[in-house]
Amino acid sequence: MNIKDDAMATRREAVKNVVKGIGYFSIGSLAWGGLIKESGSVDFVLRPPGAIEEKDFIKACIKCGLCVNACPYDTLDLASTESSTIAGTPFFKAREIPCYMCLDVPCVPPCPTGALDINLLKQKSEEMNINEARMGLAVINKETCVAFWGIQCDACYRACPLMGDAIVIKTERNERTGKHAYLIPDVSADSCTGCGLCEHACITELPAIKIFPRKMVMGKEGNHYIKGWDADDEKRLKDIKNVDKYTDDNSGAIDYLNNNDDLFTDD
Amino acid sequence: MRRIVQLAIMLLFIASASFGIKILDGNLSTAEVLESFYLSDPYSVIQIIASGFIPASSVLIGAAIVTVFYFLLRGRMFCSWVCPINFVTDSAEWLRKTLHIKPLISSENVSRNLRYYVFLMGLVLSAIFGFAAFDVLNPISMLYRAVIFGSLSGFFIVLFVFLFDLFVLKHGWCGHLCPVGAFYSVIGKWGILKVFHNHSNCTDCMKCKVVCPEEQVLDIIGLETDTIKMGACTNCGACIDICDDDALEFKITIK
Repeated sequence: MNIKDDAMATRREAVKNVVKGIGYFSIGSLAWGGLIKESGSVDFVLRPPGAIEEKDFIKACIKCGLCVNACPYDTLDLASTESSTIAGTPFFKAREIPCYMCLDVPCVPPCPTGALDINLLKQKSEEMNINEARMGLAVINKETCVAFWGIQCDACYRACPLMGDAIVIKTERNERTGKHAYLIPDVSADSCTGCGLCEHACITELPAIKIFPRKMVMGKEGNHYIKGWDADDEKRLKDIKNVDKYTDDNSGAIDYLNNNDDLFTDD
Repeated sequence: MRRIVQLAIMLLFIASASFGIKILDGNLSTAEVLESFYLSDPYSVIQIIASGFIPASSVLIGAAIVTVFYFLLRGRMFCSWVCPINFVTDSAEWLRKTLHIKPLISSENVSRNLRYYVFLMGLVLSAIFGFAAFDVLNPISMLYRAVIFGSLSGFFIVLFVFLFDLFVLKHGWCGHLCPVGAFYSVIGKWGILKVFHNHSNCTDCMKCKVVCPEEQVLDIIGLETDTIKMGACTNCGACIDICDDDALEFKITIK
C-alpha cells in the first residue's frame, strides 16, 4: 500500500467515524427526546403565587424546592415522576391543601431563578400583595353546585379571602317554587387569585367549584375588539396608525337586502 | 471519610426541610446557605439558559461560585464527595464484584467520552423542548428529592442506574454517561488537590487500577513520578487506600 492509499484509508476511516458519531448522537437524542417529550406537554397544574407564565416557568424552575420549604401550610409540593407535570417543579392541589394567602408571601422571595417573580405581586403596590397573585381561576359547574338547585349554600363565598369581590352572591327568583330566591355564587376573573380556598370548602362530593389555570379557561378576545363605551379602551383607536380601510366597493355583488326597489315593482 | 461528607450534606438538607434548621436549604440543584447566598448546579443553570430563559442573578452567581470552587479544588470531587449517586453506583460496583457478575457490555467498548456527548445532547434537547432536558430525568436530584421531600417514585430512576451499573455496563453511569460529571471533568484538570504517584515506591502490582472507577487516569502508574492530571479523576482515594507500597498520596499542588 502506498502513501496515497494510506491517506485515503485514514480519510475514509475518519469520515466513517464522523458519520457513526452523528448516528449515535441522533439515536441517543431521539430516544432521550421520546422519553421526555410528554413531560412538558401537560399544563393543568396550579403553580405557587407569582409564578411566571407556564411556558417560561418550566424553563426557569431549577427544582430546588425552596418555595416548598418556605410554605408554612405544606400547600406546595414538588412534582414526582408520575405527576402531570415536569418532575421537581412545585405545584399544589387546591382540594387537598389550598393556598392560605400568607400576607408576607414567604414562598416567593426564596426563588433563586425568577420562576416566581416578586414583581408580579407588586404591580399595584409597593409591598408584595398576595391578592395580586393569579394562580388560577375558580370555575363553577351549575349542575353540581347545590346553590343552583335552590338550596342555600354559600360555603365558597364565605371561604373566599376576597369575599364579595372575587365571589359574589347573586339573587334570582326561583320560578319552580314561586316564592324563594336562588342565592348563586358568581366568580369575578378580575379579582380571583386562584388560591383554592373555595374549592377546598366546597361541600359536594367532588368540588362543584374548581380552580383551573387561567389560560385554560379564560379565552382571549383579540385586539380587534374595542369597547366603544369604555373611554380607556376607546383610546386605543387613536394609537392605531395603519388601519386597513374597508372600501365599500359593492359593484361586483348584488345588494338585494339594502336595495328595496325591486320589491315594490308592479310586475 | 467521603461517605461522611456525602451523608452530612444530605442530613443538612433534610434538617432544613423537616426541622427548620436553615444551614443548607433546598437541594443539590440549588441550595440556600445560611439564608444568605445560593449555590447552584452549573449544569442545571446551563440547561435553563439553553432552554431560552435567562435566570435571575442568584443562580448565575451560585453556579459561578460552585464552578470556581471545584475548579480550584478539583472538579470531580463533587462526584465522589458530594453526589449521592456515587453511593448507589459504588454499591452496584461492590455487589458486582462480590457476585462476579459479568456486565452485558464490556467497558472497553464504550468510550469514556460519551458523557461529553450526553452533556451536549442535554443542551440541544433543552433548546428544542423548552425545558431542562436532563433535569427531567436527573437521578441525582431524583434521589435528593426522594429523600428530602419524600417522593418515592424518584427511586425508580435511581434503581435503574443501580441495575444499569450492575448488569449492563461497569461504571456505566458515573464513568460513561453522567453529564454533570462531564462538566466537572472539564473543569477538573487544574485543581490544587491531586493524587500523587511516587514511582520509586511502586511495585507495579496494579491493584490501584483495579479499584479505580476511572482507570484511564492512572496512566502513569509504574512509569513516572507525578500527579494524576486528568480531569476525570474524582479524588475518591480508592487507589491510595488499596496501595500497600506507599506509592500514592493526596498532595496539594499547583501543577
